[in-house]
Amino acid sequence: MSTQQNGPDGIDVGYVAHLARMVLTEEETSRFQSQLEDVVGYVKKINEVDLGDIEPTAHAVRIQNVFRDDAVCEGLDHDTVMANAPQVIQEQFQVPKIVE
Amino acid sequence: MVMIERVVTGPLVPGNDMTDDSAMKYVPTIGLEVHVQLRTASKMFCACSTEFGAEPNTHVCPVCLGYPGAMPVMNGRAIELTVRTGLMIGSEISGFSKFDRKSYFYPDMPKNYQISQYDKPLCLGGEVEADDEGRLVRVRIHRIHLEEDVAKNMHFQSASGIDFNRAGTPLMEIVTEPDMHSAADAYAFLQALKQIVAYAGVSDCNLEEGNIRCDVNVSVCPESQSELGTKAEIKNMNTFKGVYSAVGYEIERQIAVLEGGGRVVQETRRWDPDREVTSSMRTKEDEHDYRYFPEPDLMPVVLDPLQVNSWKESLPEAPRARRERMVDAYGIPDYDAGVLAAERSVADFFEAAAKASNNPKAVSNWIMTEMLRLLSEANVSIEAIPVTPKALAGLVALVDAGRINSNTAKDVFAELFEQGGDPEVIVKEKGLLQVSDTDAIEAFADQAISENPQSVDDYRGGKKAALQFLVGQVMRLSRGKANPQMVAKLLAEKM
Amino acid sequence: MAVAIENLTVTDALEKLNAGIFTSVELTQAVIDAIREKDPDLCAYLSVDTDQALARAAEADQERASGGQGRLLGVPLAVKDVLNVKGQPCTCASRLLRGYTSPYDATAIARLRAEGAVFLGRTNMDEFAMGSTTENSAFKQTRNPAALDYVPGGSSGGSAAAVAGGEALAALGTDTGGSIRQPASFCGCVGLKPTYGRISRYGLTAFASSLDQIGSMTRSVRDAALLLEVMSGHDRMDSTSVDVSVPAYSEKLRDDLQGVRLGLPKEYFIEGMDPAVEQAVRAAVARCRDLGAEVVDVSLPHTDYAIATYYIIATAEASANLARFDGVRYGTRAEGATDPIDMYGKTRAAGFGDEVKRRIILGTYVLSSGYYDAYYLSAQKMRTLIRADFEKAFEECDALLTPVAPTPAYRIGEKATDPLQMYLGDVFTVTANLAGICGISVPCGATSDGLPVGLQILGPAFGEESILGVGHAFEQSLHGDD
Repeated sequence: MSTQQNGPDGIDVGYVAHLARMVLTEEETSRFQSQLEDVVGYVKKINEVDLGDIEPTAHAVRIQNVFRDDAVCEGLDHDTVMANAPQVIQEQFQVPKIVE
Repeated sequence: MVMIERVVTGPLVPGNDMTDDSAMKYVPTIGLEVHVQLRTASKMFCACSTEFGAEPNTHVCPVCLGYPGAMPVMNGRAIELTVRTGLMIGSEISGFSKFDRKSYFYPDMPKNYQISQYDKPLCLGGEVEADDEGRLVRVRIHRIHLEEDVAKNMHFQSASGIDFNRAGTPLMEIVTEPDMHSAADAYAFLQALKQIVAYAGVSDCNLEEGNIRCDVNVSVCPESQSELGTKAEIKNMNTFKGVYSAVGYEIERQIAVLEGGGRVVQETRRWDPDREVTSSMRTKEDEHDYRYFPEPDLMPVVLDPLQVNSWKESLPEAPRARRERMVDAYGIPDYDAGVLAAERSVADFFEAAAKASNNPKAVSNWIMTEMLRLLSEANVSIEAIPVTPKALAGLVALVDAGRINSNTAKDVFAELFEQGGDPEVIVKEKGLLQVSDTDAIEAFADQAISENPQSVDDYRGGKKAALQFLVGQVMRLSRGKANPQMVAKLLAEKM
Repeated sequence: MAVAIENLTVTDALEKLNAGIFTSVELTQAVIDAIREKDPDLCAYLSVDTDQALARAAEADQERASGGQGRLLGVPLAVKDVLNVKGQPCTCASRLLRGYTSPYDATAIARLRAEGAVFLGRTNMDEFAMGSTTENSAFKQTRNPAALDYVPGGSSGGSAAAVAGGEALAALGTDTGGSIRQPASFCGCVGLKPTYGRISRYGLTAFASSLDQIGSMTRSVRDAALLLEVMSGHDRMDSTSVDVSVPAYSEKLRDDLQGVRLGLPKEYFIEGMDPAVEQAVRAAVARCRDLGAEVVDVSLPHTDYAIATYYIIATAEASANLARFDGVRYGTRAEGATDPIDMYGKTRAAGFGDEVKRRIILGTYVLSSGYYDAYYLSAQKMRTLIRADFEKAFEECDALLTPVAPTPAYRIGEKATDPLQMYLGDVFTVTANLAGICGISVPCGATSDGLPVGLQILGPAFGEESILGVGHAFEQSLHGDD
């Protein structure tokens, strides 16, 4: 699954689901594959229009330079934060062992 | 300025001595991505403290924990510090800059995307000039961008733990062109970069606290080949010595691979500082599919040229320029200027003292020897000690006027270092002024002559060394304060 | 006293609270009672915090007794389960966020709280606001109060059903592609989606950051104006919130439409539209004309590309926004993982429902190596054209009148197996989000089966005053017929 299997135009649900870190069942993979092929086939229609020179819009509002001052504020209480954690080890968020 | 062309052939690295003419020669190429934590009070996108060493998960909030609904807001100071760095090294400051999301999953990433800059970084281009024992190393800078640091992983017996205190600390990434060709080049560059960044006040530059970390790209290619070889990336180096050793190792390893008829694999490698080797990290290809797109929660940065200009005008002189200027202005040797200019506060101290003195070289000597030694022993910075540049200049003047001798001066300096004060006052209060009063010295000389008849006879008999003994006696009697030249003259006359 | 809340508006409730006709505790209790009675059928709520709400109501009564002036003092509100309220869950109707307790208030919530609002319960929704029917909730199926076998619309279906079904005076929703306006239309209440940047998004669990906006479900346009007034305004915690002054919307409502120019975009009256919907909307247009408005034809030529543009941009942003749900810092983690990658894969497989998975996959795909330019970049460019269409149209008129959706509510399960057909139903609402403008859905009639139909009024960016004005005049004229 190192590259997408369906060539330049198609979606490879197996590959993409892995990129998004979701383990799909075979049934899900094949169902989503057919549903999303329909959707991808549909959304391609935007390329019917010549969009060459048009500026892309990334934001719905046109503002810039929104900064905050470099001032420290108290964050969240440690116990509150750890109470939300699924698993805790020595005041840290526990995860399965990271092997690099 | 003297330009020294870099020599790229020949032995570049210890242990890479390809002097055998029959062997193929290889040119190593090195590029760095240096991550520098900025000196801000609060994080890049939230108001949590950047303090180092706090209890785990105590400087955290919805933003830096990636809570549902939390949103980033840019720390304006971090933008300023990054631009200042760019200005220090001659980068072009982007008129339009923006942030992007870089997606990859890792437990130390609170949102599983990092807010970084993809195609519109804050600074483009620039150059750093470094010095490797008199050899000029010039490294072009490709770009400087700003991003957020990740959390810290701790490894336990059967699990790992994540501390998010560091997550979101502003991190400036400086990407070089592949302009370095040896471990020494890389080392010299990192030293020079660190000096610049420290001069600009942009980072604390504390390597022990991970303030500067880098990824190192290394490739080698046969000398006859024009395009670069396949590179390996060594991730997450946090000492300059480590970079030096890892680059040296990696160059040798890649040459050995090519010599053995193999091919260098493009991959990410890890440096093991204990075994002094690099090893493959087995990353998957899809991990490089970062799916960058513009960060919709942050607005573009369009810097006002007037603002950029005012930052430019308030920049400190660069360390290299300062070194050259100090040689010209104070007539000190280039070596001295290099040592003094390495740290901005030391150079500031030197210049202030040199200006108050008629003898800059003596000032330099004091700083380079006594002062730096005492600072390093006490592990303090020059700003934290009570001695003032004016006091050092005064001390030098006392010595030059022959009013104290050099041994006394060292004691006075030690006192200044601990307590501060005016050297003039110290020597007066403690009665340390050199005795140049002929009557007083004559009395001590008469006493020495009368107490040491044998030495007087020896001297008269032609043993000139006996004079030195008698001078020593006079110095002892004066408790070190007599002017030794005057003592010798008087004794000789009397005998 | 027993408080009748069936048709009570926030404005009425405030008058009666201020007049001492009932107390906040009595009002809050009446809403709790209504939920107990009706929610087993409607399934509008995911959780109700009775004790906290009654305690807060009692405080509000005390504050009122000592001269408290909060603009919403003692008014209970329902909140879509996507907004953070300190101390309450915020599941986004997802299994993955079970166990998460919010440690902070969204800015909009904090502003309502500062004016004395009582946060009573959390309403059902499509998981992470992805859907148009509330069928994508991991927990329950909310029903349409007008016909229980029908969907309430979505994604803010719980909020719409609660308000229309007599279980809340007003509720908060969010709208990324129509998620307030469409359920308001399906259930028969007023749904306001303000301009992007009008209300801070801080504390709104993001689906698509450049499209999301918080808004309200109410029983009157006046109530929508009142809530907007309180929630709006610049917020330093949201870099995309805009520093534009907040008018006293509720004091500027109109009763006629003299001098108002209204545009009818021809692309919004298309073949295949449900005849009952078209009839109701055309009748509404005629009524506006009777109220004095001048009605002109306008064109929004890139409308046909809106769905494609929307589903590329929304899913791309969502794929990154939902990456944080990994079971590390909060929420529910799958058991038995051997390493972090395994943990992510299992947690996200077990935690997300089908529609969320589909959209994450689509969004990941359009951003992935080699596809960005063809999909995401093109969609951003198309967004520029769609936005320009609206800017041009608003040079010719003050507001646009359109249907909200091509159909009234449909039966539960009717479209659940065909995602693309479902997406196409968003055609009239996604454009406002892409353009960043404001829109409101106001009830304008019903089908012969009694299913409500809404009229959509779209206004330019920060043109809330004009759409609320038109909506109010239209609404009042309907009431005049009663």
